[in-house]
Amino acid sequence: MDELYSEIILDHYRHPHNSGALKNPTVRVTEYNPLCGDAITMDVVVEKKGNVKEIKFFGEGCAISQAAASLLTDTLLGMSIKKIQQMSANDILQLLHIPISPGRMKCALLPLSVAKKAAAQIRMIKK
Amino acid sequence: MLDATLIKPHFPILKRTVHGVSLAYLDNASTTQKPLSVIEAIKSYYERSNANIHRGIHTLSEESTALYEATREKIATFIHANSEEIVYTKNCTESINLVAYSWGQENISQGDEIIISALEHHANLVPWQELAKRNDAVLKVIPLKDDLSLDMEIYRSLLSEKTKIVCVTALSNVLGIAPSLHEIIHQAHEVGAKVLVDAAQSVGHQKTDVKDLDCDFLVFSAHKMLGPTGIGLLYGKKKLLDDMQPFLYGGDMIERVRQYESSYREAPWKFEAGTPNIADGIVFKHAIDFLEGIGMEKIQKHDKELRAYAVELFSAYTQVTVYCPKNASGGIMSFSIAGVHPHDIASIFDSQGIAIRSGAHCAEPLMDRIGIPATARMSMYLYNTKGDIERAEMALQKTLKTFKI
Repeated sequence: MDELYSEIILDHYRHPHNSGALKNPTVRVTEYNPLCGDAITMDVVVEKKGNVKEIKFFGEGCAISQAAASLLTDTLLGMSIKKIQQMSANDILQLLHIPISPGRMKCALLPLSVAKKAAAQIRMIKK
Repeated sequence: MLDATLIKPHFPILKRTVHGVSLAYLDNASTTQKPLSVIEAIKSYYERSNANIHRGIHTLSEESTALYEATREKIATFIHANSEEIVYTKNCTESINLVAYSWGQENISQGDEIIISALEHHANLVPWQELAKRNDAVLKVIPLKDDLSLDMEIYRSLLSEKTKIVCVTALSNVLGIAPSLHEIIHQAHEVGAKVLVDAAQSVGHQKTDVKDLDCDFLVFSAHKMLGPTGIGLLYGKKKLLDDMQPFLYGGDMIERVRQYESSYREAPWKFEAGTPNIADGIVFKHAIDFLEGIGMEKIQKHDKELRAYAVELFSAYTQVTVYCPKNASGGIMSFSIAGVHPHDIASIFDSQGIAIRSGAHCAEPLMDRIGIPATARMSMYLYNTKGDIERAEMALQKTLKTFKI
């Protein structure tokens, strides 16, 4: 269990990377986890080529979802929209590097579903 | 005095371990554990009496029917009702929907008002929201005061001849608050409104007397009072049930069926279409027997004592907020820790073998009112000991240590 709350996870929870909002995001997307009342909003700016130029997130969440959002947004910087759409749950679990029980899977995957929703919206806009 | 250490051995599941440590089950407001007598009764029913009810002439069918109806009698006596006033459903939520559809459709029209309280969980909120939408009625809410009790002054001002039904919990599943039901019901009746009491959290924890309360409907679930899942109950005053249309149609609830026209049985059977959950309905009797064997007054007192003990232990930590309204009466205690999400609290408690609930507890509007997205909740029952609460305190210390708070 102590593994679940590894120092790295707790550090990302307390001092999340890319926390906050952007002034003129290309898209702003929010997703909820009805189980725990969590919400994560992501602001994304893409550059001309379609790669992520800036990304920030804010919202309510547990240590797992906040750390996942922190780690994920680090990874997404510079990434192409197409690549974001190809990301899987497994990618998140590898980023987190902790054992996630089925009950906590939704927390871990909430940031990814926000990112994917954002990517889908960006594709719609850029078409 | 109730000695929980003597009660615990009757519950086989409480002997198991979780993550290598023995289980302390403190999530009883979600569902309760089952005594051996209930578990064995399920096996015995399927081994001896299993058959469909109300239709066969053979011995097994007659036995099953008699057992099923005997439990209906038992439930009725337990809450001081008559057996024709007890309808079996699949859960408390279905009981509320039955009233919202069947009674609501006939009795709520454009401009009518439905009153609920700010304490309600989703089951006693959403069916009324939808009914109000369908029939162009208005949903009004009794707000909470700063001390988290219902604002009875505003309640009185909400009541009028337009009010058709008031729907209120007997015991809040988040805060453990027990609204003044007698007062609420009496005042509703003065303007001619009916009252539905959501007693899911109370029937298994304290004495319930529907005659004394004079409520029009009262709903609860077997699984929150040592019984099996899949059995909900609806109490309704006989006259009201008689006047209501069926909710679900089909077999078993019919009197005569012709190709283009049918007539229906009397209440409560007209509300029970199709083959019901016979086995679980029957064995619920053993859950009530168990509760009666202990005594409802003793159970209520035990809940209160454990809650007071938990409040005392947890309040000693300045980092912990205990939601402990003065008027709370049930064995339910919500708490939160600044800087630690309730999900993380529940995960660490689980690692120590302690089952608690975290989240919005299916009461999102109430959470909005308190101003937090979620809480952690401990809910106690007759098999919980002071030792369970002390172990919860140790898990609390572990949580604070992990998060360096």
